[in-house]
Amino acid sequence: MAKRQREISVADFFAKNRHMLGFDNPRKALLTAVKEAVDNSLDACEEARILPDIRVEIRKIEGSDDHYSMLVADNGPGIVKAQIPRVFGKLLYGSKFHRLRMSRGQQGIGISAAGMYGLITTGKPVQIKSRPFKSKPACFYELRIDTAKNEPVILKEEEVPWDGPGGAQSTGTQVEITMKAVFFRGRQSVDEYLEQTAIANPHARFVFVAPDGTERIFPRAALELPPEPVEIQPHPHGIELGIFLRMLRESPARSMGVFLTSSFSRMNSAAATKICKVAGLALSVVPADLSPEEGETLFQALQKAELPPPRTDCLAPIGVEHLLKGMHKELGAEFYAATTRKPAIYRGNPFQIEVGIAWGGKLESDGIARVIRFANRVPLQYQLSACASTKSVMDVAWKSYGLSQSKGSLPVGPIVIMTHMASVWVPFTNQAKEAIADYDEIRKEFKLALQEAGRKLGSYLKKKQAAQSQAKRRNIFNAYIEEVVRAYVAITKKEGDPVRQALLATSKKKTELAEQLEAMKAKIAPEEMEGTLVIGEDGNPIAPSEVVEGGTHAPSEESLTDASQSEAGGEDSEVEVDAAEVEVDTEGGDDLAALLPKPAKVHKPRGEKTDFPALEEETPPTTLNLFGEDDA
Amino acid sequence: MSAHKKLTTDEKIHAMAEEMARQALAGNEPLFQVPSRTLANVNFNEVKRIVELGEGKTAREFFNLGQSKKYMQTLLVAEACKRLVAAGKTNSIRDLYYMTKHTIASTRDNTFESQDESDPIIEDLEVTLDSLREELHLFASNKGALVGDLTVVDGGDVIDCRRMGTGGWSVPSIVEPDVIQFREHEAKFVLLVEKDAMWRRLNEDKFWKTHQCILIHGGGQPPRGVRRLMYRMVNELKLPLYVFVDNDPWGYYIYSVVKQGSISLAYESRRMAIPSAKFIGLSSADVEKFQIPSEVTIRLEDNDIARAKEIMAYPWFVNNKVWQKEIQRMLSSKVKLELEALSAKGITFASDEYLPRKIKDKDFLD
Repeated sequence: MAKRQREISVADFFAKNRHMLGFDNPRKALLTAVKEAVDNSLDACEEARILPDIRVEIRKIEGSDDHYSMLVADNGPGIVKAQIPRVFGKLLYGSKFHRLRMSRGQQGIGISAAGMYGLITTGKPVQIKSRPFKSKPACFYELRIDTAKNEPVILKEEEVPWDGPGGAQSTGTQVEITMKAVFFRGRQSVDEYLEQTAIANPHARFVFVAPDGTERIFPRAALELPPEPVEIQPHPHGIELGIFLRMLRESPARSMGVFLTSSFSRMNSAAATKICKVAGLALSVVPADLSPEEGETLFQALQKAELPPPRTDCLAPIGVEHLLKGMHKELGAEFYAATTRKPAIYRGNPFQIEVGIAWGGKLESDGIARVIRFANRVPLQYQLSACASTKSVMDVAWKSYGLSQSKGSLPVGPIVIMTHMASVWVPFTNQAKEAIADYDEIRKEFKLALQEAGRKLGSYLKKKQAAQSQAKRRNIFNAYIEEVVRAYVAITKKEGDPVRQALLATSKKKTELAEQLEAMKAKIAPEEMEGTLVIGEDGNPIAPSEVVEGGTHAPSEESLTDASQSEAGGEDSEVEVDAAEVEVDTEGGDDLAALLPKPAKVHKPRGEKTDFPALEEETPPTTLNLFGEDDA
Repeated sequence: MSAHKKLTTDEKIHAMAEEMARQALAGNEPLFQVPSRTLANVNFNEVKRIVELGEGKTAREFFNLGQSKKYMQTLLVAEACKRLVAAGKTNSIRDLYYMTKHTIASTRDNTFESQDESDPIIEDLEVTLDSLREELHLFASNKGALVGDLTVVDGGDVIDCRRMGTGGWSVPSIVEPDVIQFREHEAKFVLLVEKDAMWRRLNEDKFWKTHQCILIHGGGQPPRGVRRLMYRMVNELKLPLYVFVDNDPWGYYIYSVVKQGSISLAYESRRMAIPSAKFIGLSSADVEKFQIPSEVTIRLEDNDIARAKEIMAYPWFVNNKVWQKEIQRMLSSKVKLELEALSAKGITFASDEYLPRKIKDKDFLD
């Protein structure tokens, strides 16, 4: 990958290649801009442990056909005055390969790209208002980017009163960009993005004001914030040669031992010693001095070494409870089921799959299922059929869960299927990051999750059918009872009511019994209904779900078999690694963190993401690595 | 049922309703036992040579979705019959259908959707209460006609069956001695003709006069009135009975019902079955015997073949070599023959040649 990097101005490059970053056309540009701003707001709020309250406004600019202003405001921590120009007025694209942390930021290039798109298409500067301190007024900036230098140009700077979504007493940030755009609703629209984001983030509240002045509110359904994501080092089996060589080259470490133990997870000094021995290198060698050939030898040794699987506690799934709440508040279905799989590993990267199913109610009953896909809580709105999750939905035999389905296609019926992949590194099929790549391990996890949720739906549908036939049966009996009693009275000339009451009582008993029998026949055990939510006719849940798996629990640190291990180090017979020696420190995986210099916990201003590790540096990177580390 | 023997119909219906109430009030699911009118529950009495109803009974349960409606319908029919008995009136089974048909409250369903639903319920009630149809004050519409050398008294009116024109005397549904009495006759046999058309042919040809007999038809499968009347003529007037039907499985079964009794009305066999009845035709051997042109034969359908095989397996046919041969011959020839096919040999072929030769040669199947 490294050889494909070129030295150009980021901003210039972007100006010419904006399609690569989601600004292909005015339709998509508006969505991408909203997405960047909202993702930033959510990340900032969560990092500051604030329940997000976000307002999105799209206005048509008077006197123009296709110029719109996009405004996103939040109740987040705000950005200190000095950093505002850099956050919004400079394109940054950094490498994050040596810092793995679950974040939305994987998703795009940043809000400044949106600002630049606006500037290019309308000539209008970006307007930012932010208030980091409750005791002070907000600062207002008008900025534009000098594309040749990739530097912010401040056009206006002043103090203004604050009136963001959190109220006059709150902190927050507001960004407004005027751009060439097309406003529309429906598929791949801003509406759809917000709806899906609301589903995957039930702890956030959104207000959306469309150009026609209509206001749509996406209420908050959960008061718990997702757990703070944990940053981890990459697992040696998840790294690629090119990246590894670059890590060597750029490492400040003064010895191989320090380099290996501090750059990778699951690597202790014993394992490092062993690996260096296999590679024929001294522990004391300075990593940056290694030749590419030596680097490759070391890489091979690393791949073949037996190491504990990567840590999985860095994952923060949405959780069954929040999946159910999120779907319930936005979809208006009758039945919901959700499943969170245990963490798994592909190519050395831990990941976790979640699936939600909504069925019936207000959902459209004809046509194929609607699949809504998420990666790290961010909706994926393009490339539906290219996505591993969609393929997995097609792999599942939905007929056995009571839905109709043509072979190899999506099921049919009033159903929404929600898929979520949480990972420190989501493998996308392309740089636009619109579909998840098709790894066997990922596809398998999707399928298992879909089957798990599908079974819950199947049980519910069966139960519902049984209940309906019971109700029907009871109605029939009760109608006939009247006839029988009438005949009885006519024949015997006796009082009919005692007989009627007795028959009605038997009818009730009889149908209840049959109901239980059928439930037994259908083998519906109560535990199968865990992780589901059933909505009654009044719109309220009738069977409060017993969520066993805590909504936002940190995944257990179970020992997992690294599925990629076999493919990474398939023929490792020649490498005489003493497994016992290497694994000696299995439990020390976490302790390793203590050995390493902790990255200073600086207060990160809003808008900064781990994607932009170079922010602290004085000179911004001028290298644009558009192809990233993920070459999937 | 024997306990009911001495009870009146009214008392039996009353007891049935009380039993339902007793079960209901005890918290049980009401049910009554209906003798089953199926092949599995009929026995062929080798001595009497008639089909008799077995001891098998089926519980008709109110709280069984498949039987609930029938349970309700049976009670409704019983109630209507009680009204008829109390009023001293008789009604047709079609009237009874209308007496009991109404929309079930809070539904869009009717108690009975068609007479096809109520007729079997009446038969169920007959066997359940061990009361014949006339005891329930019910009758079927007249079906079948009679001409011949016989005088009867019907409801007090003297009927000379020799002077009945082209239509004949319409045989009532109930022909018990209190309604119908036989007077003078010169007949030597009774001829049951399957269908009205052939019966008219024979009547027009005055076959009954030239051969001194009684001509009767039942419009296909003869109704109970016709069967009961033939039974009485055979037993009281000591006349032989010949059965003249199509050569197909349905014709065989008409003969079988007349001779042994029917499966669904097995309880009536003892007063309707005529074991001495003989099959005069059409036989599968007749095509060759009478050189009936092959153009007038009809190819057997799949359901004909299936039905023929079923009939072959009936206990009263299975050990009868003559009948096994007869049916087997039809199956191998793959064709059937209607009575009217005889017209191909001449308009009056049946009257002038076929029947006289059969009778003269005593060419019967038994």
